[in-house]
Amino acid sequence: MSETYAGKALDFLKKFNLQEGDTIELTKNGLILKGIIMPSYSSSDDILVIKLDNGYNIGISVDSISEVKLIKRGEKREEKKTEEKAVKDKSEVIIISTGGTIVSKIEYDTGAVRPALTTEEILKFMPEINEIAKIDAKVLFSILSENMKPEYWIKIANEVKNALDKGAKGVVVAHGTDTMAYTASALAFSLKSLTGPVVMVGSQRSSDRPSSDAPINLLTSVLVAKDAPFAEVTVNMHGESSDTYTLVHRGVKVRKMHTSRRDAFQSVNDIPLAKVYYRERKIEILRDDYIRKKDANEVDAKFDPNVFLLKYYPGLSPDIIDYLMNKGVKGIIVEGTGLGHTSSEFYNAFKKATKDGIFVGMTSQCLFGRVNMNVYTTGRLLQEAGVVPLEDMLPETALVKLMWVLAHETDLDKVKELMLTNFVGEINPIHVPEMYPRWYHDRIRLQ
Amino acid sequence: MTELDYSKLGLKVGLEIHQQLNTSHKLFCNCDTSLNETFHASLERYLRPSFSELGEVDIAALFEWQKGKKYVYKLPKNSCLVECDEEPPHLINEEALGIVTAIALSLHSTLVDEVYVMRKTVIDGSNTSGFQRTAIIALGGYIEVDGNKIGIQTIALEEDASRKISDNKDEIVYNLDRLGVPLIEISTAPDIHTPEQAEKVAFAIGQLLRMTGKVKRGIGTIRQDLNVSIQGGVKTEIKGVQRLELVPEIIRNEARRQYELLKIKEELTQRRGVTKELILENYKPTDLTSIFASTNSRLVKKELEKGALVYGVKIPKFRGIFGWELMKNRRFGTEVADYVRVLSGLGGLFHSDELPNYGISKEEVDKVKKALNVSEEDAFVLVVGDKARLQLALDTIRDRILHALEGIPKETRAALEDGTTKFMRPQPGSARMYPETDIPPRKIDSKIIELAKNFMPEKPEIKLKKFMDLGLSKELATAMLNSTKIDLFEELVNKYSPKVSPSVIASVLEVNLKYVKSKGGDISIITDDVLEYMIKLLYEDKISKDSIPEILLEYSLTKEDINKLVEKYSKISDEQLEKIVDQVIQENIRIIEEKGDKAFNVIMGKVMSKVRGKVEGKKVAEIISKRMKNYPRS
Repeated sequence: MSETYAGKALDFLKKFNLQEGDTIELTKNGLILKGIIMPSYSSSDDILVIKLDNGYNIGISVDSISEVKLIKRGEKREEKKTEEKAVKDKSEVIIISTGGTIVSKIEYDTGAVRPALTTEEILKFMPEINEIAKIDAKVLFSILSENMKPEYWIKIANEVKNALDKGAKGVVVAHGTDTMAYTASALAFSLKSLTGPVVMVGSQRSSDRPSSDAPINLLTSVLVAKDAPFAEVTVNMHGESSDTYTLVHRGVKVRKMHTSRRDAFQSVNDIPLAKVYYRERKIEILRDDYIRKKDANEVDAKFDPNVFLLKYYPGLSPDIIDYLMNKGVKGIIVEGTGLGHTSSEFYNAFKKATKDGIFVGMTSQCLFGRVNMNVYTTGRLLQEAGVVPLEDMLPETALVKLMWVLAHETDLDKVKELMLTNFVGEINPIHVPEMYPRWYHDRIRLQ
Repeated sequence: MTELDYSKLGLKVGLEIHQQLNTSHKLFCNCDTSLNETFHASLERYLRPSFSELGEVDIAALFEWQKGKKYVYKLPKNSCLVECDEEPPHLINEEALGIVTAIALSLHSTLVDEVYVMRKTVIDGSNTSGFQRTAIIALGGYIEVDGNKIGIQTIALEEDASRKISDNKDEIVYNLDRLGVPLIEISTAPDIHTPEQAEKVAFAIGQLLRMTGKVKRGIGTIRQDLNVSIQGGVKTEIKGVQRLELVPEIIRNEARRQYELLKIKEELTQRRGVTKELILENYKPTDLTSIFASTNSRLVKKELEKGALVYGVKIPKFRGIFGWELMKNRRFGTEVADYVRVLSGLGGLFHSDELPNYGISKEEVDKVKKALNVSEEDAFVLVVGDKARLQLALDTIRDRILHALEGIPKETRAALEDGTTKFMRPQPGSARMYPETDIPPRKIDSKIIELAKNFMPEKPEIKLKKFMDLGLSKELATAMLNSTKIDLFEELVNKYSPKVSPSVIASVLEVNLKYVKSKGGDISIITDDVLEYMIKLLYEDKISKDSIPEILLEYSLTKEDINKLVEKYSKISDEQLEKIVDQVIQENIRIIEEKGDKAFNVIMGKVMSKVRGKVEGKKVAEIISKRMKNYPRS
């Protein structure tokens, strides 16, 4: 019986012994309509969704149907099982899929998008990848980016190591975009030594549409995984709204800065490692301080999830710190105002927390720029209370780093030391004026 | 050619009328629906077909993709991230939904209970997303035209595409201003049986749409697509008929084309015994470049200098077929050449029925015939180009020729200005439609029905009476009712009457424009804005109504700045007129003394020659009679 119908429409289907996929002929208002019963995605329970011969879907209220007859029983759709094949040994680039819409297939009747990342499917989708590298693909899991968890990061990190250990030149990790930057940081801290690039990639327009950014992002990612000289965790996404080039960002310095644009991912307080021209299939290296390839892969993936990211706002009560301490939180990253502040009312709360061995680190909700807690009295006061300024680290990067550090160290001084150690470029000691976006006020003003 | 007997032929025509709605903002975003050609940025994109669950790519989509074009989008003020395909669509525009609902109700259609927006794959770049968003709002219904009920199949609401700015081999440039403007699409059943009836039905639907007062006016705001078939033929889609008057001619031509193609099939299969196998056995493309090494054909020479090759192929028992006329200016050879142009990117082909010609000599033709072993009853085809394209072209020719044995290929054709049509692309399959998952379904609830009441088109007979009540003669009221400018008329009446009488406004829109056209003026430059400007000047008493036909004629002929032109015709004051009259009287005082009242006509003529267009004749006559009284009579 139907899984997507409920209430009146379900009663109607039961009464006439109908189900999704059946071709029916119904009479409404004297008009005879023929079509296939589709799964419902209506918010009303009286609506039957019908696909007409011309491909259109329409919603018909069962209350308005005067006659209905079955024309043809629908065939049970067999969900084709995509066989999980062992990763081949001789692949140059291995694509690990974790979910998201980067390469997904549309169910044309329901419009549902499902991941499709077998090697065959990818190559069918983008035959030109063959011209770049021998690839192999593995669907590790298929979860929406917002449902990602630290335990999955560990699995991805191990899978990346396996792939590189098998001789792949590089690895591509397909991931939903919402939390991709968190995963990138987690992998960056976990993969202590790499023999090749790890390229995380996603898409902002799902691959079921002709305008998807997925093909270009995926193709350039395979190219980077195979040919780039660096061995670090990166994110490769569209560099601008046009289909011209992608940017390879350092995983710990990248942030999704727009809800929907193709070029949502941008390096913050940093410049990208490389620019990749899609048509020309050319990688342009933008800096030479990248992490070099090592002889072996080493993974150290452990995370303590007992942390909290606290965004300060005017009026926030310090009681929250007590609450967090009671909940067993071992570390807090504060996203403070400006140079790294909360109200001075937090002094006592932070003092109590740090005394208790809880790490409190300060980042800025400005995102751009470095925190500096020496300029104003409040900053100095908070430092006195034990709050550690975390340079120019992004709040999310600092949070993931703290999870990783706390899984390795419990001593507060050691934690502090590790948090301020620049492991993979998460701290940029030098900011130049160009590391800040400018908005095009003049272009759009009074046209 | 003699006219065909359409009822014997079993002619069936269905119409698809697309009309832009005049809503305050676009269908899925908050940008306005105006046209705009000032750009502040541009984008470069590529599209590729997505694969359906069956792993099949839609044929029409694939075809566009093979062309591998770059699409450049120019961004005007009325475009946002939604048009750039950088932001998901907003909820469907309720005003548009209300207008379409009103139209559906007046066409006796049955509304769906819930609207589902679909994506129709279109990858010619005209939609940045690679699909057009479209939804069926109502089904069934009819429109009555001359006592015949013409069935309505579907009424859909969809987004308009981008406007093409330029198109060349490598890239197409589009303006995003039109993308997302709401369109209503009304599809009729194939209930139309003559070319003339099609025009009448299209007109009736257009008139009904205009009666809502909520549709856009002007070139390109309404487009007719035609689906034409005859008995034994196939439903051919003809896209983009912008002028209503062309509808019958296009249908006549298409009926003729299908009729002739069926005759060709009969000739080939019945009389000449041509089979698929025979064609394929003989289909051996041969490199004939050496024959043309020192050709006098400039066309061929130019290509050869670029390193092109000449290939030829024999088509057995095809003599005369390529030259067979299918419609005015189009032979079977033209059809095949269009396929070659569109599908392989070559300039076209030469065929034996037209050679020697184009600088290709008889000697060369004889050599070709010998090389290909072409006998009296055979035909041959020559193509010139680079190797990759030649291959594509030769495959295309083979497929099209084989289709001649079956009859008429399923295709989408483009309407041309001369009433003929040409091959545009193969017809899209059903794989191109899938749900727009970014937009939740929308119930047709009481709110939409209430909204629709504001847009219900009035019945023509009621409208006619209203116009006559405004003071229009029956003749003028009827003309206005049938005019595409009906809503401009109502808008202007609202703004400028009673000071400018409705009949004056109607005369400007209908009578004066016809006058300009009859004098050979280019009325396409007389936009709604120009017409409103005339009425506004009348309202402000700056010109006289008699001057309007002259101003419009001069403007349409010279295309001068309308503001400057108007100055020449600006109205003169009563005092100025009196002065002129006095002056003329003074100059002609002797005639007045001699002829007395009979001199009036002479004076009138002389004054009018000075003030024509700047003041009404009636007024001149009044002033002359008044002023003449001041002079002595004999």
